[in-house]
Amino acid sequence: MSAELPNQATAEAPAAAPAAARSRVRRAWAFFLPLAVFAVLVVFFYKGLFLDPRVVPSALINKPAPTFSLPVLHSPDKPFSPELMRGQVWLMNVWGSWCVSCQYEHPFLNDLAKRQVVPIVGFNWKDDPAAAKTWLRKHGDPYQLSVSDLNGRVAIDWGVYGAPETFVIDKQGMIRYKHTGPIDAKVMNETLLPIVRELQSAKSGA
Amino acid sequence: MSRSSQANSRTGAHFGAKVAQTARGMASLILVLMLSTAAVAQVQQPELPPPTPEIAKRLKSIESELRCLVCQNQTLAESPAGLAGDLRREVRTLVEQGKSDAEIKTFLVARYGDFVLYRPPVESKTWLLWYGPFALLFVAAMIAWRVIARRKRLEVLPAGAPSATSPIAGSSHARKLLDDEDAK
Repeated sequence: MSAELPNQATAEAPAAAPAAARSRVRRAWAFFLPLAVFAVLVVFFYKGLFLDPRVVPSALINKPAPTFSLPVLHSPDKPFSPELMRGQVWLMNVWGSWCVSCQYEHPFLNDLAKRQVVPIVGFNWKDDPAAAKTWLRKHGDPYQLSVSDLNGRVAIDWGVYGAPETFVIDKQGMIRYKHTGPIDAKVMNETLLPIVRELQSAKSGA
Repeated sequence: MSRSSQANSRTGAHFGAKVAQTARGMASLILVLMLSTAAVAQVQQPELPPPTPEIAKRLKSIESELRCLVCQNQTLAESPAGLAGDLRREVRTLVEQGKSDAEIKTFLVARYGDFVLYRPPVESKTWLLWYGPFALLFVAAMIAWRVIARRKRLEVLPAGAPSATSPIAGSSHARKLLDDEDAK
């Protein structure tokens, strides 16, 4: 369409020159405005291709970890609450023996526990304690301890909507990060560990 | 928080790596799908006694405004997922405690974010969502109005202009031009 412009301009010139210039500006607008809109849409849709719609951002980031008192899996008469971890950075990993993705991430947790970088508390979600213990014997137990949320009531307070999920809690007891879905080497090394190290180096008095 | 979405870190990655990640993403998606069937093996809660009709009616109206986080395209009222069951139980407890609809929604938003609401709140970051369609409609109406106005001008003009089908009209137009020329 822009190829027609010079011919027309010379045919009408010189009397129609201002009108031709105006129509040229108008044509340029008609061409570039839709192009710009299209370019913006392409950027958004391209980004959208790699977004996981199942990842719902947690409402609890930078909020105090919801308190609870739940029985410890291996000694049910002893309750555990998050306050006991005050003063150290720790992970809370939501798992269940019924959860297939948890098996996938479990070796990475075992490896992390072996390196003793950060304590991991297991949150055994709506599981049969006997089945949970068997599962840990079979796949290894990376947890400092696991708590049993038998009816899933406490999980609601933590905004848990699927297993596995992993929370990073800082020395003051604030939730600083949540990873939804199984952990792999990339998530561990590029996301979780840098956050943990940064929080560990922060002063506890802050 | 830029870290909160793993997709952010993905966007800058090399395309080949991206394909591999997408494949990995598919694998984890399949795992998640397997998870949802495995969820049947979760510890099941004993059924509560059926609620009174008026409570049941309120539950229905609240739950149909809330999204099931596991299946996402279903409301809490119609979802068969285990978590939806837990949340329905929680909502019922809150209703029976005499909490208002607004209080119950605040309770869930505090835990799961605005995403649980099918009707997102009107606030500065959702203005585009709420008012964007009306703004687009307005812009489209403006463009349509201008186009129609210009077409009308073009249609009106030839009536007085020279025309091959109407020599008389044409000659009167020429006469007028000549008269104007003489008047100068």
